[in-house]
Amino acid sequence: MLELNVNGTVHRIEVEGDTPLLWVLREQIGLTGTKYGCGIAQCGACTVLVDGEATRSCSLPVEAAAGRAITTIEAIEAHPVGARVVAAWVEAQAPQCGYCQSGQVMAATALLAATPKPTPADIEAAMTNICRCGTYNAVSRAIGIAAERA
Amino acid sequence: MRIDEAIAAGLAAGRPVNLSRRGLFAAAGAGLFLGLAVPVRAPRAQGSAAAALRHATKVPAYLRIAPDGKIHLQNPFVEGGQGIDTAIAQIVAEELDADPAAFVVTCAPPGEDFRVMQGGNARFTGGSFSVRSSFAHFRTLGATARAMLVEAAAARLALPAEALATEPGRVLHRESGRAIPYGELAEAAAALAPPANAPLRDPSAFRVIGARVPRLDVRAKSTGKVAYAIDVKVEGMLLAAVMHAPRAGAQPAAVTNEDALRALPGVHSVHRLPGAVAVVADTWWRAKKAVERAQVAWQALNGAVMAEDFAAAAMLGRLKAAADTPGNTAEEAGDIRVAMAGAARIIEAEYDAPYLAHAQMEPPSATARFNADGTLDVWVPNQAPDLFQASAARAAQVEPAKVRIHSPPLGGFFGRHFAYGSANAHPQAILLAKATGRPVKVIWSREEEFARDAYRPLAFATFRAGIDVAGDVTALQAAGYGEGPITRHFGPAGLGNPPVDGSIMEGLSGKPYRFPAKRVEFVPVPHPPGVNLGFWRSVGHSMNDFFFESFLDEIAAATNKDPFAFRMGLLAHSERHRALLNAVADLSGGWRRGPFGAPDGTRRARGVAMASPFGSEVATIAEVSAKDGEVVVHDLWVAIDPGRIVNPRTIEEQVQSAAAIGLSSALAEEVVFERGEVATRNFDTYQVMRRDRMPRVHVRIIESGAPMGGVGEPGTPGVPPAVANAIFALTGQRMRSLPFSRTRLSDA
Repeated sequence: MLELNVNGTVHRIEVEGDTPLLWVLREQIGLTGTKYGCGIAQCGACTVLVDGEATRSCSLPVEAAAGRAITTIEAIEAHPVGARVVAAWVEAQAPQCGYCQSGQVMAATALLAATPKPTPADIEAAMTNICRCGTYNAVSRAIGIAAERA
Repeated sequence: MRIDEAIAAGLAAGRPVNLSRRGLFAAAGAGLFLGLAVPVRAPRAQGSAAAALRHATKVPAYLRIAPDGKIHLQNPFVEGGQGIDTAIAQIVAEELDADPAAFVVTCAPPGEDFRVMQGGNARFTGGSFSVRSSFAHFRTLGATARAMLVEAAAARLALPAEALATEPGRVLHRESGRAIPYGELAEAAAALAPPANAPLRDPSAFRVIGARVPRLDVRAKSTGKVAYAIDVKVEGMLLAAVMHAPRAGAQPAAVTNEDALRALPGVHSVHRLPGAVAVVADTWWRAKKAVERAQVAWQALNGAVMAEDFAAAAMLGRLKAAADTPGNTAEEAGDIRVAMAGAARIIEAEYDAPYLAHAQMEPPSATARFNADGTLDVWVPNQAPDLFQASAARAAQVEPAKVRIHSPPLGGFFGRHFAYGSANAHPQAILLAKATGRPVKVIWSREEEFARDAYRPLAFATFRAGIDVAGDVTALQAAGYGEGPITRHFGPAGLGNPPVDGSIMEGLSGKPYRFPAKRVEFVPVPHPPGVNLGFWRSVGHSMNDFFFESFLDEIAAATNKDPFAFRMGLLAHSERHRALLNAVADLSGGWRRGPFGAPDGTRRARGVAMASPFGSEVATIAEVSAKDGEVVVHDLWVAIDPGRIVNPRTIEEQVQSAAAIGLSSALAEEVVFERGEVATRNFDTYQVMRRDRMPRVHVRIIESGAPMGGVGEPGTPGVPPAVANAIFALTGQRMRSLPFSRTRLSDA
């Protein structure tokens, strides 16, 4: 039995400890806003916050997340920076197909929470998520909008 | 034949369309099949406006206005990020007189009412065809619905309809100031007979069409609230993971450790499927872990297994070996033999491009549920619900009418979700639901997806240009080789006479430049049946415009002409194209080829290219430098003329997106086969472009008033040649083989 603190709620879960956090979120807890893209921490579609840090949940064993504060896209608007990021995302109309955007929003939230006024180099280092729709410029614009309002 | 026409012709050919991998599974045993034969109706009379609009007054099929004023619209097209839900809502809103933000759009189920293309006989989302094929349909639909609402209001107010007006979301009697919201009239209006000739708005009075209306799905997509196929939840469902044969075409004779797999946590059962094995479990992660441990005895049943020595280089060798074979005429002007014979000099070149994967971010999935009443529900990402209904019915061995196809928003599109036989997951879900007696969701891992995608075909083209003593082109000959998705999935009905595969030839043919003599031919060479072929964003254009526009640059260089001026000269007959070239030059601050020094100390150059994809015209300029042997693309300027437009903001975004995937394809993308197996099975080895290589993209939309063209794909094909031509201007290296990562750039 594992205790997992997700979006402020503690879930008791019966699962193999090496199961990736992603699949526990999606299948045991039912939070499907976090996406499976590659399973090898390449694409970032599965990004969540673990103790505030952007983390690729497809490659984090759930037992390593136990006892830590996990924030997913479902709670993003309750996060003070996250709410600003979402507003900027909407204004910049960043998403196209949208599948990678949960991860993009989580990564941007972690970036701006740690670095409210990021330099282009900060953004490049933090925003490594793949977007096949190529929304990279719109994502940059959204981050700029969110940073401006910090 | 152009590919949109070819698809429609294939669908409307009135005979079974063989979408199987050429009977590959015919011998795979009872109950095992993936092939699908789709009986399609013969086309009705086409060409008249009435025929094109034969479903346009079926208001109740498309629209439901709720008491709260929300307008629920069933869209024949599926949303995959291209903004089609918003575009259709805009068109309807314009004529209905409503706020586009009031619309809730979902993808319509299969059915005749939603076949809005090709005279009301076909339906698919692709070929950048959606808005241009249904613009008149949805205007009429909105106008018809508005007339019904006005009629219902007239009855309620005991006034003549002529005395009433509308403003967004309500019917108004201006004299008395009385107004009734549409939501209160909808029920009464729905009971009325739709009028046949509801008046359309004068385009000069459009206020929604042509406006920068925000996309309807942006907030939901920014907060993780959109449910894609992979997110579908069905009561009591099991999850399945599959492992396909290492080499396509092999069949599972036995899973030798089946008992051990069944003993793993959560595992429900182990199954053999056509070309794959599956583990069904209570969660997908458990199913995946188990299926990866499966020990399978694979066997060939009919000799169609991928050869052990198959590699892309071998396939390219086959195409090159066909280089002197006479081909089928795709385009011809003047007498090419005479013109070539009279040329003072001949310039020749060969070009090639690799197999590409779609690499959409959402891995394929499908959920199937057999119901007690004999019906079947299938949730599956798809671009053609009617085709998927037919194939699902065949897989389930039930009547198509008993199959409900649910088409969730696509987590990436790019041509991946057509009916591609072995590249579709829904037959697997259906077979597993049948075998287990439970609803089953199949998810393909990323590795399975890269190994069983329907790839953009590896392509090869040859060119010859005849030049006279003055240095002018007197003859141009181009040939494309291979097999495209049209041949593979539609056969002769999609090729026309003489047989020409548009999905291999478009972009070699259909170029606007005029030469005294010109011949473009198609040389059919099949790809192995184990390599599935698919439509990839901008299809044949995605490689052919690179080939053609690069060769054009070669001619300009060989005849000491500026590539921009050279194109202008070849377009003397076409004011539309010259205006477009001038527009992109203007957008980029005036044409200059370089090389020149940039303020940041880099040495840079520019290249230009044109493309005529999907009814639109595009001109592209790229600015590049070189760093560590690789190209750095700083800016792309794209001028696009789609004739007439619905949403300029969406067009700008689609051009950004199309340019990104075009550049991605040119930089490093390549499906690698080793020993008959796909070696590039995740994003660590299949290199799609990341943000660090994304250039600035500047877009100018030209509304020339020409017939409406597409906007989702046309931004793609100009990018690779514009960049390649810029590289040549910078370093003198001519890129003739994609991707660019094969060639180390010399220092500029």
